[in-house]
Amino acid sequence: MRGNLAKAFELTNTQVFRRAALPKSYTDLAGRKLFLALLTVQGLGAFALITLGVILKKFNLASSLIQPRVRQEISRAGVAMLPMFFFIALALGFVVVSQTVAALTKLGQSDYLGSTMVIVIVRELGPLLTAVLVLARVGTANVIELGTARALGEVEALEALGIDPVHYLIVPRVIGMALGIFSLTVYLIIGTLVSGYLFAFLQDVPLTPGDYFKQIAGALNWLDFALLALKTVTFGFFIAIVTCYHGLAQPLRLEEVSRVAVRAVTQGVIVCVLVDAIFIMLYLVT
Amino acid sequence: MSKTNSNPAVIEMCNARIGALHDATLAVVENVNWTVQPGEFWVVAGQQHSGRTDLLMHAAGLMTPASGTCQVFGCDTRGFDESQIAERLRVGFVFAGGKLFNQLTIAENIALPLRYQKNLTAAEAARAVEVLMELLELTPFAANTPGNLATNWRQRAALARALVLKPDLLLLDTPLAGLGTRHRQWWLKFLEQLRTGHEFFGGLRMTVVVTTDDVRAWQHPQRQYAVLHEQTFSVLGSWSELESAHHQAVKELLAEPVETNL
Repeated sequence: MRGNLAKAFELTNTQVFRRAALPKSYTDLAGRKLFLALLTVQGLGAFALITLGVILKKFNLASSLIQPRVRQEISRAGVAMLPMFFFIALALGFVVVSQTVAALTKLGQSDYLGSTMVIVIVRELGPLLTAVLVLARVGTANVIELGTARALGEVEALEALGIDPVHYLIVPRVIGMALGIFSLTVYLIIGTLVSGYLFAFLQDVPLTPGDYFKQIAGALNWLDFALLALKTVTFGFFIAIVTCYHGLAQPLRLEEVSRVAVRAVTQGVIVCVLVDAIFIMLYLVT
Repeated sequence: MSKTNSNPAVIEMCNARIGALHDATLAVVENVNWTVQPGEFWVVAGQQHSGRTDLLMHAAGLMTPASGTCQVFGCDTRGFDESQIAERLRVGFVFAGGKLFNQLTIAENIALPLRYQKNLTAAEAARAVEVLMELLELTPFAANTPGNLATNWRQRAALARALVLKPDLLLLDTPLAGLGTRHRQWWLKFLEQLRTGHEFFGGLRMTVVVTTDDVRAWQHPQRQYAVLHEQTFSVLGSWSELESAHHQAVKELLAEPVETNL
């Protein structure tokens, strides 16, 4: 356990680089930033692989303790955010869908309604917005909780009790966030499409609900469902990895926790955009 | 981790170089030669930052020496991994300040190792936890979180968490630090009962190692003493040998009025 942590989390060198005086020349500064970025990618990669290994290897270990924790994390990253997502779905339907429906109908291009909705809401806005909101609300809490636990020595205490910190602290968060983001995305997409039509209806757009949903259903294919599931689960996995890595991986002092939380959220957003870009390429190829 | 003999010492360090917890490459104690036999009660005295916690972390197998060897129950800690979890669980560890999990209640903290290692539900672990809490007078605080408890009871809860798996070796890092007089007396009496065989643990004689910066509080004819000072670990023997030692560190420790580290 400790060996695993030590290998992936040995960031002593990173700390030295971070705390060293800033180089005077711009090229040195760029080199330093690049080097730090590569070290972070290396650490995140190792942490992700270790977590995957623990999920597979210890799937049934201490299930009486871990499964309730997984349910708790699903509740935190999913169920507890439903009211907020109800509001976001209403807002998104009003801001994006109702205007798009009205504009396309006015231009006589309502045949493109289905494909436009699928590209904008199902493929892009729904998953990405969900991921960013969960990152902001649950990801930040992850960094602070784990960072505080690390700073107070609770991780050493877990190891002394023969409990793998990755299994106990990280695995439930990774599974919970992956499933939470998937579920919330589905909820957000359905809510947005329905509320969008309702707002369009209030604007007297001459489009029946049957035509509206028929067009959307016609523009969807099996790949959209498969990639939506894969994309949201990937978002959840990486957000949990980035936030848990920053909270748990480095030896922290209490005063460093807030700074690390900011860095984790920034990197979380970058990872989400990168994952999204990869999926855009997948959509374009297929 | 491989077995070396059938009746090993509980802890055996040979020329061990003890690294710091937050930077294992930084040596805090050099050339530790120390053997702890079953049923012994050791008091390791040293000032703050003398490497007490680091030494205990090595003795528990949570860290490995940079050089030399450290064996726990005859097993080299260098190969200490999850396949030897049964051996690892023979060691109980009480950290300075307790290091309880702040998100959990006291009862949940105590139940945690039991639930994880034996795959028990909260209800299944409850009985064993209740009995232990009763023994340690923690029952009224079962539903409290550690942040709402005084140091006296937090430390006792940490002891309960370390004892719930009934270890053979109990390591305690400055257990009396910050405790009131009544609680200090309780700890001294209870730890002595553990050494001689407490009926709650079926008369099993536990091996106990404590660290302290107030060695006088631990005075007892049947205890062994060692001292940490300026990166060296010196085994002194019994209390009478400690008193007659001309070690500068011993003089300083005997002059120290009370434990000050919290």
